[in-house]
Amino acid sequence: MIKAKKNLGIVLFPAFDWAISETHPEREERLLYTKDQLFEEGIGDIEGIKFFNPLVAKKEDVERVHFCVPNVGDRVTKSHLVSVGGAIRAAEAVSMGEVDKAFALIRPPGHHAHKMVYGDRGFCIVNMEAIMIEHMRKSNPGLKVAIIDSDCHHGDGTQDIYWNDKNILFISFHQDGRTLYPGTGSINELGGPSAYGYNLNIPLPPGTGDEGFLHVLDNVILPVLDEYKPDIIINSAGQDNHYSDPLTNMNFTARGYATLNERLNPDIAVLEGGYSIEGALPYINLGIILAMAGIDYSNVAEPDLYTQNLKQSPEITSYIEEVSKVVYNKWKNRHKLRKDMYEGKNYLEKDAQIYYDTDGIMDRQKQGFHICDKCAGLNTIESKSSSGFYVFAISIPIGSCKKCLDKGYKMYKEASLNKFTNVYLQDRVNDRYLKEGKIGGLYRV
Amino acid sequence: MLIGLDVGGTNIDAIIIRDGKIINKVKSPLYGKELLDSILDTLDRLLEGYEKSQIKRVNLSTTICTNAIVKNEISSVGMLIQSGPGLPTKGLSCGNANHFLAGSIDHRGRVTEDLDADEISQAIKEFKDKKIDHCAVVTKFSTRNPKVEIKIKDMLDEHFDFITTGHSISGKLNFPRRVYTSYLNSAVYSTFKDFADKIEESFARQGINAPIYILKADGGTMDLNSARQKPVESILSGPAASFMGMEALLPIDGDSIFLDIGGTTTDIFFLVNGSPLFEEEGIKIDRYKTLVRSIYSVSIGLGGDSRIKIEDGKLEIGPDKEARPYCQGGENPTPTDAMLALGLMEDGDWERARYIMDDMGRRLNKSGDDMANLILDTMGDIIKDKIDSLLEEINSKPVYTVKEVLYSKKVRPEYINIIGGPAKSLAAVLERKLGLTCNFPRNYHIANAVGAGLAKATLDITLMADTEQGFITIPELNIHENIKGEYSLQMAKEQAVSLLVNHINLLDNELRITEKDIEITEESSFNMVDGFYTRGQNIRVEAQVKPGLIHTLRSE
Repeated sequence: MIKAKKNLGIVLFPAFDWAISETHPEREERLLYTKDQLFEEGIGDIEGIKFFNPLVAKKEDVERVHFCVPNVGDRVTKSHLVSVGGAIRAAEAVSMGEVDKAFALIRPPGHHAHKMVYGDRGFCIVNMEAIMIEHMRKSNPGLKVAIIDSDCHHGDGTQDIYWNDKNILFISFHQDGRTLYPGTGSINELGGPSAYGYNLNIPLPPGTGDEGFLHVLDNVILPVLDEYKPDIIINSAGQDNHYSDPLTNMNFTARGYATLNERLNPDIAVLEGGYSIEGALPYINLGIILAMAGIDYSNVAEPDLYTQNLKQSPEITSYIEEVSKVVYNKWKNRHKLRKDMYEGKNYLEKDAQIYYDTDGIMDRQKQGFHICDKCAGLNTIESKSSSGFYVFAISIPIGSCKKCLDKGYKMYKEASLNKFTNVYLQDRVNDRYLKEGKIGGLYRV
Repeated sequence: MLIGLDVGGTNIDAIIIRDGKIINKVKSPLYGKELLDSILDTLDRLLEGYEKSQIKRVNLSTTICTNAIVKNEISSVGMLIQSGPGLPTKGLSCGNANHFLAGSIDHRGRVTEDLDADEISQAIKEFKDKKIDHCAVVTKFSTRNPKVEIKIKDMLDEHFDFITTGHSISGKLNFPRRVYTSYLNSAVYSTFKDFADKIEESFARQGINAPIYILKADGGTMDLNSARQKPVESILSGPAASFMGMEALLPIDGDSIFLDIGGTTTDIFFLVNGSPLFEEEGIKIDRYKTLVRSIYSVSIGLGGDSRIKIEDGKLEIGPDKEARPYCQGGENPTPTDAMLALGLMEDGDWERARYIMDDMGRRLNKSGDDMANLILDTMGDIIKDKIDSLLEEINSKPVYTVKEVLYSKKVRPEYINIIGGPAKSLAAVLERKLGLTCNFPRNYHIANAVGAGLAKATLDITLMADTEQGFITIPELNIHENIKGEYSLQMAKEQAVSLLVNHINLLDNELRITEKDIEITEESSFNMVDGFYTRGQNIRVEAQVKPGLIHTLRSE
């Protein structure tokens, strides 16, 4: 009988009754064959592997991360609350010591969901990892977390949420944004003034294979993690770098994903994208589970693996080596780079345009970063959406000083509902969330 | 007349039921004889003076296969396993010779790599050299496409006495369990066949022409010929016999707990909406997790003969047991002594029971009565704690839809049914501890034989239809055939129901199974999409003939 070397908890929540639309890639069938494969392998009988059911996340869990406009109830479906509840359950299983590691095999996904939420973009409404992490930080505010986003698409939502938070290191490797949705994720997107260098992007050329991904892992991600020393490592486990994925152009294999998870050794993995639901997902998910549990995965293989030409070209290899060097050097020099960029400034602004592809909404934002020498400083967002909202939102981060806290509340009080349709305050110091403004067609104060 | 016979750990119980009444019962000890001889002797004693030609059916719950497995008195088996990509194969070897074959089938039942016929020829030769007569053939995903297993079996047929194919064992997905269950089935084939042949011979000699049915762990029966093909289904049917007996003797509406409290152990069962809760995948025997369907039961080492210890001023009961209670000539106190001392039961020497309770009580500064009450109280606590933790486990069983997470029903027992020697004495304590009413029947000591005697046939099937590839598969009925494009979930459900009704009535037309006896336990239909076009439906239906009784005996 096979025994897991590390106890692994799995939240398997395929949401068999939820789809974006009938033929959308994010539909009921997506995890059907993964579930079949895991059941046929007898995963549940392996000593040391345990299944957990999702919880239903609460409104406050969402408000800790997002400004849902006009409110959580109008933007977030029960399906999303259950999916994110699956991520929370996985994290709880680890933090309560029920298991050593956990894998939340949940859908719908979340890494394209930004701090401000007007609707669905990139198949995501709320950010699963962020809500999970903030749930953990509620009882452990000093927690240092590293998120490694291995989805083929840039994790722009997670980047946006943790842009100015250096207690959350975000590293995303993905198909170059010049060739794929959402277009962001260049090496120059390094974080806000309080967290410059703690947001790392490694854009990869189409055609990158196992060799390239593992090069990035060994030469950028693992050395950075060694220096950063996170308390918890999370793999935002998108599976669309696979050679058979219909939406992307990469050449990663199931065994490659398993090797990545073996070397990365994440505490928690959360499923993101991946739409080769028959040819890739069953094998990648099996590979990740075995690797996380410390079980031999050398027999995991896609049925058509040996008929594929997955060799990476020498040009791609040398390009990846170069990108890796550049990104690692940026990390190494982050303190100096930060000084060059921000020394002597006390307020910064950043413009952002966020398009909701699924719902067809355009959001134009002015993000403000108030620099404080005692704490991470207040963050604000002034946001105008094509769906008719004009929002002002203030975030008071965990660990903010008294002065910033008071300033945050003052800004909230002074923000005029004559100017804005909706005003929000996210007070992470006191876990308090306030809002005023328009709901549907009506104003309520 | 119906005959029910149950082989337990220490006794054989047998009864005759006529016109809904128990008209004779015998109990005979098991030790000293071959199991078969003990069964035949018991039946002789039971039927003395009754007209044997009046017997309409005989239901047997036997431990013949269980014992063979546990004592390792089984045949050598040659295993042919095609495991394809996935988990390492180590741990799958269970036969006396194991061949891992090339080739693979994927989750949708497509052959993705072919079999190598030479490997089969080599295996045949090796098995022959090792004097192996029994084989089992199992491929990964054979429940989705049994053709490869059938092809291998055809190549083996002329060389071996008996071959089990994995898909015929169960339609459930769990390859390792399918390997072990197929192995065990072939390993006990000869043992069961000998037993069945001798029972039939002996019945024929005595002029009994009634059909013989064998009880399964799921609380149902199978006819003797089916049992010869799937003898592994007869393992661990004892708890199911007691369960069905309780169902015959007591009301079972709603959610409830059923306890069978014996000398050594307490077995705990649950009913949900009046139906038994089943093991999620199958029962475990020896070191093997199987796909043999079974009523969910958990056994704890707590009973009338349990050992009682005082550790650091705290009372501990079980899981070890004394040879016999102090009041029946034993050396140490037991729960039975406590019950006798309090006047709750009659078997034994009351003076000795009082003496030992007083003696034990002195060590805790208690009177003998207080000591005895503390023992019963502690038993109640142990049972309650176990029930609470089991319910928590049951109520967190995996769900896969948003609807189930938000609205799925939790099991909340409303009352308790108890059988067994200490049942009556513990009822009051359990009522208090669990806050639920306790029922116990008058004839609790033969509930197992009643259950065996009144159980009806059961069968469960797993249907999968793939309208893109245009096939339907029902492994349990050996069905793998083509379908037309317009096949739907509704049609799948109707087909499952009618197949079950016809199949059972063909084997046992006395039962007159109708659509009402069939329960659809799972149903789903998924659109399979390629690009933006729906290319077919993936339909899954699971259905069962629910365990049931020929009739109840509520007056007993």
